Amino acid sequence: MNPAIGKSLNDFCAWLDQTALSQAIQATNWVVPTVQSIHILAIAMVAASALMIDLRLIGVFGADQPLKTVSSRFLPFVWWPLLILFITGAIMIVGEPPRSLKNPVFQIKMLLLIGALTVTGIFQIMLRTNSSFAGASRSGAGITIAVVSILLWTGIIFAGRWIAYYS
Amino acid sequence: MDIEAALQWLQNTAVGTAIRENEILFPWIESVHVLAIVLVVGTISIVDLRLIGVASLDRAVSRLMRDVLPYTWGAFVVAAISGLLLFTSNAVTYAHNFFFLGKMILLALAGFNMAIFHMTGIRGIEHWGVAQQTPLAAKTAGAVSLLVWVSVIVFGRWIGFTLH
Repeated sequence: MNPAIGKSLNDFCAWLDQTALSQAIQATNWVVPTVQSIHILAIAMVAASALMIDLRLIGVFGADQPLKTVSSRFLPFVWWPLLILFITGAIMIVGEPPRSLKNPVFQIKMLLLIGALTVTGIFQIMLRTNSSFAGASRSGAGITIAVVSILLWTGIIFAGRWIAYYS
Repeated sequence: MDIEAALQWLQNTAVGTAIRENEILFPWIESVHVLAIVLVVGTISIVDLRLIGVASLDRAVSRLMRDVLPYTWGAFVVAAISGLLLFTSNAVTYAHNFFFLGKMILLALAGFNMAIFHMTGIRGIEHWGVAQQTPLAAKTAGAVSLLVWVSVIVFGRWIGFTLH
């Protein structure tokens, strides 16, 4: 990591660690486990919903329904729980700044997350603007999106667990 | 039968010892366990929300269950196997952990709720069509299932924070 970025990150973590909110979270023993549990429940909704759409793209799930139908059913359960993930994630970062921000595993998880959100966005745009993509029961592009999506979300979940082991 | 001795024997097996002493084996198996649980709870909540009547109303219950449940079962098998492997690595400690024992009881409750639903609550499912609400027994089964599985995740997370 670039030394200048490393120093600012160190300084930011040190500052965050000393804030009243961070100290308050650190002083309890129940906030982090509780927030983690909510985080995991939200991931369950996101991962299962993304999986159903991905399986439809591959053509093995709900193939009797148009892609748009399956997508409308599950996409809200991808985006809304993501809001909960960001909020609970933010609380965990504030509560333990170095454990997260300075941890390479956490950083990898964030990169993978950006990837997953990008892929989901691309999928939604294609669904709306590309009628042959939306109308096909299965397509090369769709299968590619699905496989990449599954790999990214799996990586995110694994990275999430490994944060604890890399501290 | 001496349960303590059996648990001690279990964690002293080659498998249990290997997982306990290997730095990366436990985290990898645990990650698989987390992924599997996440998919069990996520997919079952799709069915439960339909039973309760708040989501996927444009899909008949029987069809949704037929589509989704195979993945729930597949994920559950992976969760059970990985869970068993994790358990063997520290059987004595886990068996004395309140949240682990609670999680096992909750799993039994989930199974019980499922059995009751499949034996009685599901009667007439062929008539629960699209955009229709389900009978009270089905709504109850869905709500109980959601509550129990949410608790399974919470208890599971607390095991890690309460190991002595």
